Amino acid sequence: MKKYLKNSRLSVSLAGLKLANPTILASGILGYSTETLENIVKGGAGAVVTKSVGSKPRVGYANPTIVQTSCGLINAMGLPNPGIDEFVTEIHKAKTALNVPLIVSVYGFSAEEYATVAKKAVNTGADAVELNVSCPHVKETGSEIGQNPRILAQVVRKVKAVVDKPVFVKLSPNVTSIVEIAEVSVKAGADSLTAINTVKAMAIDTETAMPILSNKIGGQSGPAIKPIAIGCVYEIYEHVKVPIIGCGGIVNWRDTVEFLLAGASAVQIGTAVAQKGPNVFRAITRGINVYLKKKRFESVNEIVGLSHRS
Amino acid sequence: MKLSVYRIAANQLRTTHILDVKTENPTVKTFTFKDKQCAKAEPGQFLMLWIPKVDEIPLSILDARKNGEVAVAVKNVGEATTALHSKKVGEVIGIRGPFGNSFTMKNGRILMVGGGTGIAPLLFLIKKLPSKTRLVFVMGAKTKEELMFVDELEELCSKGNVVATTEDGSYGVKGLATTPLESLLAKEKFDMIYTCGPEQMMLKAFVLAEKHGIALEASLERLMRCAIGLCGSCVVGKYRVCRDGPVFTASQLKEAKSEFGVSKRDFSGKRIPLG
Repeated sequence: MKKYLKNSRLSVSLAGLKLANPTILASGILGYSTETLENIVKGGAGAVVTKSVGSKPRVGYANPTIVQTSCGLINAMGLPNPGIDEFVTEIHKAKTALNVPLIVSVYGFSAEEYATVAKKAVNTGADAVELNVSCPHVKETGSEIGQNPRILAQVVRKVKAVVDKPVFVKLSPNVTSIVEIAEVSVKAGADSLTAINTVKAMAIDTETAMPILSNKIGGQSGPAIKPIAIGCVYEIYEHVKVPIIGCGGIVNWRDTVEFLLAGASAVQIGTAVAQKGPNVFRAITRGINVYLKKKRFESVNEIVGLSHRS
Repeated sequence: MKLSVYRIAANQLRTTHILDVKTENPTVKTFTFKDKQCAKAEPGQFLMLWIPKVDEIPLSILDARKNGEVAVAVKNVGEATTALHSKKVGEVIGIRGPFGNSFTMKNGRILMVGGGTGIAPLLFLIKKLPSKTRLVFVMGAKTKEELMFVDELEELCSKGNVVATTEDGSYGVKGLATTPLESLLAKEKFDMIYTCGPEQMMLKAFVLAEKHGIALEASLERLMRCAIGLCGSCVVGKYRVCRDGPVFTASQLKEAKSEFGVSKRDFSGKRIPLG
């Protein structure tokens, strides 16, 4: 292992998971296969999250599934995945091959489905599960669950009852009060919260006067949503005790430090992989290390939530 | 090999009008349109073509000209390509790209092996190769009717250097594009093999290249969605065809041998045998 990956200044503990550094691959990016996840780990990620997996295979939406915008991407992939029964083989393989925590993202159309899939993932070797209750473009799952406190609590409780590994809940920014949803999740047993998933968005082509995405509505990621995500993390931090994983528009170490100062214990990175490739994780980790040294911090944990002093 | 660099914001979807439609054979049409960015493409790169209301599909670039014109050859294989084939001059399409890496510009004795519409990026490559000591082009099709770009290739490579094969023997050598390779390679020493077409054909060419110790570059095709290296639909081994490819060297193909010529991913991300 490279020296800076063993650097204790950068290591974090996340609901019991030990990460060599606070950068995590966000769900939906690559994440079908062990080989691509290995490449991300070689690029310096402290942990990886798989694509969201459900109880049955899903082919997702027809193209266009992505729109490149001036400030990131809008995507409506439609949760394509081979289904948990096929995916367990990959989880098993990934668990053997990877030397970082493997977090499996899970979605379902009912609390029972979330629980069934989560259980299979953990039984095959997932170090944690992340509940996708925030995908903005598939009906009857994702954000439609995460926007309803009663159903959300049911989902979290059912999953917690059947798995003995940490359960992360990935929150949607498309709610009236993300703090309320965060509190509901924690009360139901969430061990950590990921904030935020993509922001519901759309793009229309002016020449043809047509929505570009085949699903019309998608989710915006990338630099456009960073300030929204920072605001969400800052507010959640004031109200819950569990660790928060910041996510949304991170491109460089400065973005990451901003999330940590807002209250995130770790961060997820996705869209930036398109611009910078898998090594974006290493570049960010190095940058954080330099920042910590310069500011004379012993550990990255010392800056988590530091902006709340003032 | 030229690596791809992406600035998401600089490569947004734009619309353009079809300038020309040419029927190449009963199943293939060439579409020409103007697009400033794709006009700067290198041989081997691809673009994403949006057929409004229908689909967005990856296509190899057949030609990119100084006057801003870009051409793609499209085989009618499904719903999206049928919709595109029904489009006429003046109709609107959307473009993203160019994406991916490109072929290495190699000097010396070149052998090209192309099958079906896989001939397109190779034809583009011939036009851009600085100077060639020697160039032999082996092309394959099912029937004489399906052979494409024969005249253009014979003009560019001179007639004797174009070896056409048809599976039914209706033109040229009877057999697959790989049929004449063994004897060609036994007779003559080549410096480089470029190949694009059906993956079984490229796999055969790869095996022969290895046997004869010749460098090879192959352009692969997979299901594509994002085209910018994020969604994972097109992965082959540790490589993303859209971003690390579509052109791969023999040593990269060796690393990906559990999938090259073996399997691809379907729309759910499941690995399935190559058809």
